[in-house]
Amino acid sequence: MSDIIDILISASFWAAVIRIATPLIFATMGELICERAGVLNLGIEGIMVIGAFTGWMAVYQGMPLWGGVATAMAAGMLFGLLHSTLTVPFGLSQHVVGLGVTLLATATASFAYRLMLPEVTSPPKIEPFQPLDLPVLSDLPFLGEAIFQQTALTWAAFAVAALTAFTLYRTPLGLALRAAGENPAAVEAQGLSVTALRMGAVIVGSGLMALGGAFLTLSAFSSFFFEMVNGRGWVCVALVVFGAWKPGKAVLGAILFAAFDALQIRLQQTDLGAVLPYQLFLAAPYILSILALILMSRRAEVPAALMLPYNKGER
Amino acid sequence: MTQAQAKAEVVLRLDLITKSFGPLRANDAISLTLRRGEVVALLGENGAGKTTLMNILFGHYVADSGEVDVFGQPLPPGQPRAALKAGVGMVHQHFTLAGNLTVLDNITLGTESLWSRGRGRAVARAKVEALARDFGLVVDPMAKVSRLTVGERQRVEILKALYRDAKILILDEPTAVLTPQEAEALFATLRKATALGLSVIFISHKLHEVMAIADRCLVLRHGRVVGEVDTHATDKARLAALMVGGELTLPKAEAKVAGPMLMELQSVSTPDRGPAPGLKAVSLALRAGQITGLAGVSGNGQAALADLMSGLAQPASGTLALNGAPVTQWSPRTAVAQGIGRIPEDRHHTGSIADFDLTENAVLEGYRSRFSKAGWMNWPAARAFAEGIIATYDVRCPGPATRIRLLSGGNMQKLILGRALAPGPQIILANQPVRGLDIGAIAYVQSQLIAARDRGAAILLISEDLDEIMGLSDVLHVMSQGRLSPAFPRGSMSAPEIGLWMAGQGFTEGRHAA
Repeated sequence: MSDIIDILISASFWAAVIRIATPLIFATMGELICERAGVLNLGIEGIMVIGAFTGWMAVYQGMPLWGGVATAMAAGMLFGLLHSTLTVPFGLSQHVVGLGVTLLATATASFAYRLMLPEVTSPPKIEPFQPLDLPVLSDLPFLGEAIFQQTALTWAAFAVAALTAFTLYRTPLGLALRAAGENPAAVEAQGLSVTALRMGAVIVGSGLMALGGAFLTLSAFSSFFFEMVNGRGWVCVALVVFGAWKPGKAVLGAILFAAFDALQIRLQQTDLGAVLPYQLFLAAPYILSILALILMSRRAEVPAALMLPYNKGER
Repeated sequence: MTQAQAKAEVVLRLDLITKSFGPLRANDAISLTLRRGEVVALLGENGAGKTTLMNILFGHYVADSGEVDVFGQPLPPGQPRAALKAGVGMVHQHFTLAGNLTVLDNITLGTESLWSRGRGRAVARAKVEALARDFGLVVDPMAKVSRLTVGERQRVEILKALYRDAKILILDEPTAVLTPQEAEALFATLRKATALGLSVIFISHKLHEVMAIADRCLVLRHGRVVGEVDTHATDKARLAALMVGGELTLPKAEAKVAGPMLMELQSVSTPDRGPAPGLKAVSLALRAGQITGLAGVSGNGQAALADLMSGLAQPASGTLALNGAPVTQWSPRTAVAQGIGRIPEDRHHTGSIADFDLTENAVLEGYRSRFSKAGWMNWPAARAFAEGIIATYDVRCPGPATRIRLLSGGNMQKLILGRALAPGPQIILANQPVRGLDIGAIAYVQSQLIAARDRGAAILLISEDLDEIMGLSDVLHVMSQGRLSPAFPRGSMSAPEIGLWMAGQGFTEGRHAA
C-alpha cells in the first residue's frame, strides 16, 4: 500500500500520466467527432499506425518536426477520406469498412517501411520534440515537474480537446454535426448536407487520430517500430463510450486510463511485482477500464443515428 | 374561392410534375397553383402520390420531368436549401427533429453560417418566443425534444418553418398523431397564419379536416389529379367518391350480445419504459363476441398493453386471467399456446421478417408445434398453410416462395391477418390493423375482424383513428398516460368527448393503485 502512495506523490508519475494520456486524447477526440456525426470509425487503430509512421518518416527524410506533424495529419485525413467515401455516400457497413481501413493502413505502413528502408535492421532514430520550458510554471516545485514539463504536442492535445468541446457545443457547425448524428433527416430538412458534414467529421477526426499516432514517434519515443500503437486505438473507441460522447468526460477517461497504465509500470518494480506475474500488471489498466466503462456508460445518451447510413431520397 | 383570393398573387406553381420509382409512376403530370393566403388540400389515399409530390417540391426527390416555380422563380431541383431559401417550409409526416437537442437547437439548426464562431442564442430565443406568441404555438424553447409530446413536437416543426420566414407551409398528414383538440388548435394556428399572408398546402386523407380547413382541394389517385374542387361547393360524399374512384363503404359492425369473459386484467401495472408509460392499474375485460376498442394518442400505454397481451411483458402487479383462471407463467410462447391471435402494430418490424418468404413468415408462430415433427420442419404442411392463407385472404403475390418484403403493405397485412386468424383464435389482439392501408384493404381487414367477432372471438382493437374505433367497437376504452378509462358502450360517446379523455381529462388519478 505504501508503495502505491509513494508512486502517487512522485512528480514523475504525474508527468508520465499526462504523457501517456496525450495520444489517447488526440485519437479519442478524433473518434468522438466521427461518432457525434453518426459514423463509427474503426479505422482508428490503423490510422494511428499510419500517423506514427508518416510523421516519423517525414522527419527522418529531413522535414522539420512540425512538418512531420502536418504530414501525419494529412495521411490520416487521406484514410479518413477513404473511410468516409465508403461509409457515407456509399453507405457501406461501418464495421467492415473500419476494420478494412485498419488492416489497409497497418499493412501500408509496413509495406512503405520495407520499401523505404530495405536494409535496416533496427529503425533509425530522429530528434524528437523536447519538453517546453514554460516561464515560472515549469520551475514551480512539484507541479512544475509533474505537469508543466511537457512537449508542445501534449499542449496541442489539450487545446484540441478544448476546441472540440467549444465547436460541438458553442458553434452552429457543432450543432449541425451533433444533429447529423442524432437525426440526419432533420439536418437534410434544414437544408444542410448530411454527406458533407459526416465526411468532413470523419476526415478531420481521422487527422486527429493520426496526430495521436505521430505523438508516439515524434514526442514519446524517437523512433518507429511496429506494434507501437498496440491497441491504443481500440482503447480510444472505448473511451468515447466511457466519456458518454462528451469531450470533457472523454479527456478525464483518457487521463484515468493513463494513470492506471503509469501505475502498473511502476508497481512492477515494487515488492508486489516480484510476487505477481507481470502480465497481470499489463492487463490491469484494461480490466479497470472495462469496469469503469460498465459503470459509467449505463445512462449515456448514444447518438441516435450512430452507425446508420443515411440515404437521401430513400423510400 | 373568394374574389380577393382569385386576384391574390400566385406564390407557387407546380407544372406537370412526373416521377417514377421503378415501374411505379408515383406522380403523373401533376400541376398545382397556390395563391397568397390560401389553404389548398391535397387529398388522396395512401400511395396516391401526395407525399412524393411534396418531397419533390421541397427538394428531397428530383422529378423526372416538370417544373416548380416559387414567386415566379424556377426552383432548382433536389435542393432543400433552395426551397427553404425561397420561403417553402415543410412539416414532414415523420418529424425531422433530433430528440437529444433542445427545441431552440432544432429550430436554429442550419439557419446560421456553419463557420460563424458563436451562436446568437439569445436573439434566436427571443424570435422563437415572439413567433410562438403570435401563432399560438406554446412550447418551451429550452426543453429537450425527446421530452415533448407529439403535439408539441409538431409545434416545433411549424416554428422551424416560421423561424425561417416561410411564406409557403406544407403540412404532411399533420393531424394523424393529434387528439381532436390538438387538431383544432392546429387549425386555429393555420387560420392565423393565412390571415398573415402565408399560404398552406395541407395533405390529408381525412375528409372532414379537408372540409374544415381548406379553400380548395386537389384530389389525387394513383399519382394523377382526378379532381380539383372548391371545398365550399362540394361535400364529403363527393370527395370520397373522387378519392377512391367510386362508391365504397366501410363495414359497420352491428351490435351483438356479448358472451363470457375470455381475458381479464385486474388492476395490472407494468413499469415505464423510457418515455413510454407502462400500465397504471389497468382493469380490462375482453368478452367473447365483442370488439373492445382502445382509443388514445400513440405512446400513451397502448404498446405496454399490447406487449402484455402478446406475452412480451409480465404484469408487475395485478392479475391476468384467461378463461377465468389466473395466469402465472406468461411469455410469448404461452400466449401463442393459449391461442391468442396477434396482429402486431408494425408489420415490418415485429410482424414479419422481410427477407423470409411467405411460407416462412406464415409459420413463424407455429413452426415448433403445428409445422414440425420430431424437430424436423414439415415444409409441405407449411407450404399448404401459406397457400391456404394466400387463397382465403386474397394475398396478391407471385406465390408462397416470394420474399415478403416485395409485397405491398396491404398484402403483407393480409398475410399477417391470415396467420393470426386461420387457427381460429378465441382472443385476438389487433394493434393498428389498418394503419397505412388503402381504403379497399381497410374494408377487407375490418370485415375479417367483424367475422371473427361474429364467430365468438374476443377482440382488442387498438387504433389512433377515432372513426375506426367508433365504427367497429362494441365497447371502447380510452388510454392516456398508461391509465385506462371506464368502458363506454357503443354510441355513448361523441368524438369530442373521447378527445377530452385522450387529452387526459376525466381520469380519477390512479395514485391509490400505484
